[in-house]
Amino acid sequence: MDYFAQQLINGLVLGSIYGLIAIGYTMVYGIVGMINFAHGDIFMIGGFIALITFLILVSFGLTAIPLILLIVLLVSMAITALYGWTVERIAYRPLRHSFRLAPMLSAIGMSFVLTNYSQVAQGARVKPVPPIITGGYTLHESAGGFVVQLSNIQIIVVITTIVLLALFTWLVSSTRLGRDMRACEQDQTMASLLGVDVDRTISMTFVIGAALAAVAGMMYLLYYGLVDFFMGFVAGIKAFTAAVLGGIGSLPGAMLGGLLIGLIETLWSAYFSVEYKDVAAFSILIVVLIFLPTGLLGRPEVEKV
Amino acid sequence: MSASPAAQTSRAPGAAFIFKKALISALVALVLFSLMIGVRTEAGSDGQLTYWTRFGDLAAMVAAVFGGSILVELLRQWWGPVGTVRVVPASVQSTLSFAGRLVAPVLLVFTFLVPVLFYDERYILDLGILVLTYVMLGWGLNVVVGLAGLLDLGYVAFYAVGAYSYALLATNFGLSFWVCLPLAGILAAFWGVLLGFPVLRLRGDYLAIVTLAFGEIIRLVIINWQSLTGGPNGVTGIPRPTLFGIPLTPGDDGLAAMLGIEFSTTHRIVFLFYLILALALLTNWVTIRLRRLPIGRAWEALREDEVACRALGINTTTTKLTAFATGAMFGGFAGAFFATRQGFISPESFTFHESALVLAIVVLGGMGSQLGVALAALAMIGGFELFRGLEQYRMLVFGMAMVLLMIWRPRGLIGHRAPTVFLKTNQAISSDLVKEGHG
Repeated sequence: MDYFAQQLINGLVLGSIYGLIAIGYTMVYGIVGMINFAHGDIFMIGGFIALITFLILVSFGLTAIPLILLIVLLVSMAITALYGWTVERIAYRPLRHSFRLAPMLSAIGMSFVLTNYSQVAQGARVKPVPPIITGGYTLHESAGGFVVQLSNIQIIVVITTIVLLALFTWLVSSTRLGRDMRACEQDQTMASLLGVDVDRTISMTFVIGAALAAVAGMMYLLYYGLVDFFMGFVAGIKAFTAAVLGGIGSLPGAMLGGLLIGLIETLWSAYFSVEYKDVAAFSILIVVLIFLPTGLLGRPEVEKV
Repeated sequence: MSASPAAQTSRAPGAAFIFKKALISALVALVLFSLMIGVRTEAGSDGQLTYWTRFGDLAAMVAAVFGGSILVELLRQWWGPVGTVRVVPASVQSTLSFAGRLVAPVLLVFTFLVPVLFYDERYILDLGILVLTYVMLGWGLNVVVGLAGLLDLGYVAFYAVGAYSYALLATNFGLSFWVCLPLAGILAAFWGVLLGFPVLRLRGDYLAIVTLAFGEIIRLVIINWQSLTGGPNGVTGIPRPTLFGIPLTPGDDGLAAMLGIEFSTTHRIVFLFYLILALALLTNWVTIRLRRLPIGRAWEALREDEVACRALGINTTTTKLTAFATGAMFGGFAGAFFATRQGFISPESFTFHESALVLAIVVLGGMGSQLGVALAALAMIGGFELFRGLEQYRMLVFGMAMVLLMIWRPRGLIGHRAPTVFLKTNQAISSDLVKEGHG
């Protein structure tokens, strides 16, 4: 039971990270109707920028951990958001009215560019960082000596996720930008007729998605203590799976899907086999799409002729 | 340049505009590259991360973006707005179309002559085999993507199934290449149907991501099922192919001894060259024949409009499944060939990069055009060879090329989609009417 509780905690933390990435997928899919294949790599870039900012701050002699984390968070979000904007500008906007497969292929190309760009710029080796946030709470200690732990970093990941989600929900539901985004999602032509700047709204969608991915990248760095240039690929597919599981286009769905994928992956590793955890995640993607193509919270897509 | 100088100046924004745009690009580049290129991190010997700055590289990159931005803007002005119709003189046009008709036969004859012309140049022969392997993979994937319009990002899975089928059957049961080749194709086709079933209802992007997941599942299973596949170490000692039972070895029963000529290792390379050429031509021939059958017509109809297809009574289930199975079968053949050529296979040869490379070949070749795919494979693999010394920049350039290609020529280099069947006469239809993505 204690073992299960520990895995549950680990799964929820991992799920929060997936959920943050999944929101970027689901937002872009909702508005532009394409899979932003490079989003996983944006997450990876976010992790790298967080790492580099952290190193620089530490070498400048800054010691206050909360201040460091705040600066790292802001810098990483800002620069990664600019990456998201640039990717949209270069690779997707010119293809807005091109044929169906073009944006997808362009996105795959962009994903290669970003992966190999960070490999060339930062080297192929894994970058480890020493644990930055240590300590935690013991929730329960069983007779057998098994300890259920909730570490501080796990608390930070979950709280950051909740705060960001609240902020993000407010942004989508109560601001001008959020209204524009919802309008573009429903009907771009009509939205532009009513004075919504569609190009700008789509750009902002990418910017926000990238900023959330940057937070996920930073949380990943803090939680696992390493980044490498290839981590965006698998994390990206899993986050996409999460978005599909929750119902693509639905924001609460993305978070729910993320948590579920995190839980499934952790529990699968804990009870079955670590080697096949990715197989489990990918199989879920296939199974969900067969039996529940609209996901848990998604709306059915109307097929138009 | 067809436009008169007066029209040119009226259309062209001033130098100030170009300068401003380039300045903004450079600023964006400065922020983007500031940390990623300006600072280099590396784990030291004690596991501690250190960093050093590279402001020179950063400045060079920003300057390159600034210059590149100006250049792109000037090129854009020189080229004119997208969609400008350029009038080509009739004589040039007829010469071009005559040359276009000649390309395929000339290329084929040249390919046949490659082992004769470059008999002593092992490097060129090896490169030729590699190019032909990708031509075959491209033609195989072309059935799925180019004809049936099903975006498959996991094609490498069938390549892997074919390769491992041959490798395991040959090393465990001692079956010969010629027995295993059809078996590898059948097994791969079987897996194609297996993948096809669940994804029948999916369209476009969903299909792409599921096939990608499928490809990854196959690779992960190969890595982890160590008792069967040898895991990351792969399968070694895969038998070399024989000429219908006659081995290409220096022994007494070898081909050289039977023909009474001196043994040379080049014989095997030449044999492999013609083997893959034959397999590729088989793929091409089958595809061309299938296109003229009802099933081929159904594939192309499916690509253009699935709803209309169903309305016309085409069974989309079998149509999709046959497309998957046919494409997968050719992938399996190519995989078996790959295994016998290398003599060693490991999961590393079957990553997503391979799928993307083959897909890029098909897209670059113009999706559906057989000649285009062959030329694209030649250009891609040849281009990769040029970057051999710059291993890590290869994929970077490849990705950039894919993005740029989608922007400039989304229909590929040879991007025509002539219908293969006409009602009485061939009528010109405005491209606006046949643009897809509106279904």
